[in-house]
Amino acid sequence: MSTAILCQDLRKSYDGKLEAVRGLNLEIQSGECFGLLGPNGAGKTTTIEILEGLLSPSSGKVTVLGRTWQREERELRERLGISLQETRLSEKLTVRETLELFASFYRRPRATGEVLAELQLQEKADAWVGKLSGGQRQRLAVATALVGNPEILFLDEPTTGLDPQSRRQLWDIVRDFQKQGGTILLTTHYMDEAERLCDRLAIMDHGQVITEGTPAELIAKLGGNHVIEFAVSENGSKIPMERWRGLPGVESVWPEDGLISLNVREPHLTIPVLLDAVASQGAKLQHLTTRQASLEDVFVRLTGRHLREN
Amino acid sequence: MAVSQPVVIPPSSKAAPPVRQNGRWSGYAHLLAARMKEMRREPEVIFWVFVFPLLLAIGLGIAFREKPANTTSIAIVAGPQAQNALDLLHRSAQSSAIHADVVPLQQAEQAFRLGKYDLLVQPDDHGGFQYRYDPARPESVLSRNEVDDALQNAAGRKNPLSTSSVVSNKPGARYIDFLIPGLLGMNIMNAAMWGIGFALVDMRQRKLLKRFVGTPMRRSDFMLALASSRLLLMIIEVAILLGAGILIFHMEVLGSWLTILLISAIGAIAFSGVGLLTACRAQKIETASGLINVVMMPMWILSGVFFSYARFPAVCQPFLKALPLTALNDALRATILQGSSLASQADRILVMVIWGGVSFVLAVRWFRWT
Repeated sequence: MSTAILCQDLRKSYDGKLEAVRGLNLEIQSGECFGLLGPNGAGKTTTIEILEGLLSPSSGKVTVLGRTWQREERELRERLGISLQETRLSEKLTVRETLELFASFYRRPRATGEVLAELQLQEKADAWVGKLSGGQRQRLAVATALVGNPEILFLDEPTTGLDPQSRRQLWDIVRDFQKQGGTILLTTHYMDEAERLCDRLAIMDHGQVITEGTPAELIAKLGGNHVIEFAVSENGSKIPMERWRGLPGVESVWPEDGLISLNVREPHLTIPVLLDAVASQGAKLQHLTTRQASLEDVFVRLTGRHLREN
Repeated sequence: MAVSQPVVIPPSSKAAPPVRQNGRWSGYAHLLAARMKEMRREPEVIFWVFVFPLLLAIGLGIAFREKPANTTSIAIVAGPQAQNALDLLHRSAQSSAIHADVVPLQQAEQAFRLGKYDLLVQPDDHGGFQYRYDPARPESVLSRNEVDDALQNAAGRKNPLSTSSVVSNKPGARYIDFLIPGLLGMNIMNAAMWGIGFALVDMRQRKLLKRFVGTPMRRSDFMLALASSRLLLMIIEVAILLGAGILIFHMEVLGSWLTILLISAIGAIAFSGVGLLTACRAQKIETASGLINVVMMPMWILSGVFFSYARFPAVCQPFLKALPLTALNDALRATILQGSSLASQADRILVMVIWGGVSFVLAVRWFRWT
């Protein structure tokens, strides 16, 4: 398998002070869907725009399809499709006209009718862009990226602000593109999107990759696939964290919003012991839930913050 | 469109979708077509580019039209001799051009101050008249002379010399003739500055420029398409304004239409360059609107659109003549009103070319696509 995108020690500072990207290394294989996950302001957009050749890095090396932006920009542009975080396409052009316009820039574009059908935009083909819903606009934005018949598709926050149905439609489009052999790099701050769509992902915070791997690998790094969250009554709040850490099957402990979260491998072994421990201290359990560990837990563990917090 | 023909190529390694092949000018042709469609679908553009200048021409043409007879309004101060003055005026040859009211002194003075009357005529005790006029008001001075002539002649004055007058207000020398080429020049400037400057900043703010740069689109094609759309529109603007001048105001276009179009095109390109420079870095349309107005507004006044810039002090003249709109207006007036050739306007064309060229070079250097 060949490398589609490679970047080494990428750095970007604006006006010489704010460092948006601080030493980033990525290697994305052909045919994979790679996600950059992180909170707002983590440097995802700066990173993706450098890789798209729209921003130049302050230092570091970028190769896309074995080429560099400095030397073979036009050649690369023919082979990439881009959807920016926010582009307001001309409202007074129809969907088809917009797509024809973008197709006209490529030497060998795809047939616009086919792309419209693929993105379920045929019915809106002759409607003005200004009349489209949020989901339709976003599909059109992706259509303008796909019409050039790209090998790599860059999507910057493709589903932000969309309703659940539109998000799912977009995920299907991304999967179809991947099935046909395409490579995808996307950024998102949605955990579920990253888990469902990405083969591999890098979690970014403060301009750096803090961890990287498949969603399953990242969750496994927590130590357990399950999370137990509970709260105890007043007289139990003095119980030290180490006490919980020492329970069988517990991989890690962290307090959160008055709750205590445990990462465990096997909840059915841990829960009875937990109940005994609470009772032996003369305290009462006030809350208890268990769930599958998610990327959100990975992020919280690594940064101490939630993804959606700004 | 002729530039993009479907061509079937053999399947590639990737799940080969049907592909077509685009020619060199496909991007340019689509960009130009898209721009024209967008403008046609924008009612504001139609209004500001085509209707507004026409309304302005018609409005100003009517306000400053040549009045059929130059009548003057005067007040005769009420008194025993007032009727005598009135009789004399009625008997005079100019009676149709003089409108006289008999009013009490105080009321007459007040109306005179407000500009209702051009002149006060106050009979004195010796059977004569005293004129009260304002030497700073041309119509007041004219009125005094006219009324004096009327009264003297009616009273029996014999003129030692026989004179006669002929009316001369042929097309070519009227205010509307001066105005229409000026409006044309102003409109070419407005349309180029907004059509290029505003459109670019709008597209930059919408991240559309950035999106375009993310495709293999040639940046020169984009600029060329923008400029071409401007030139196409300019031809229509010239036709509408000059057409209105000919049809409504019976203007005579002495120069050749080709020369007029060429000068308009040079002006449109020069102002496109200035518009490009104005918009080369602005991120918000509010900033761009401010900048465009700052650039244009002085020229509306200084470049002889509504009145001749010869009225400004002599020391200012070289500076005023170096403004691009002055050059465009002068060149348009020379060709439209005097039938001057293109070659005779070389110095004015040079002024426009320098403005456009320098602006364009700086704009390309500083231009931000993102």
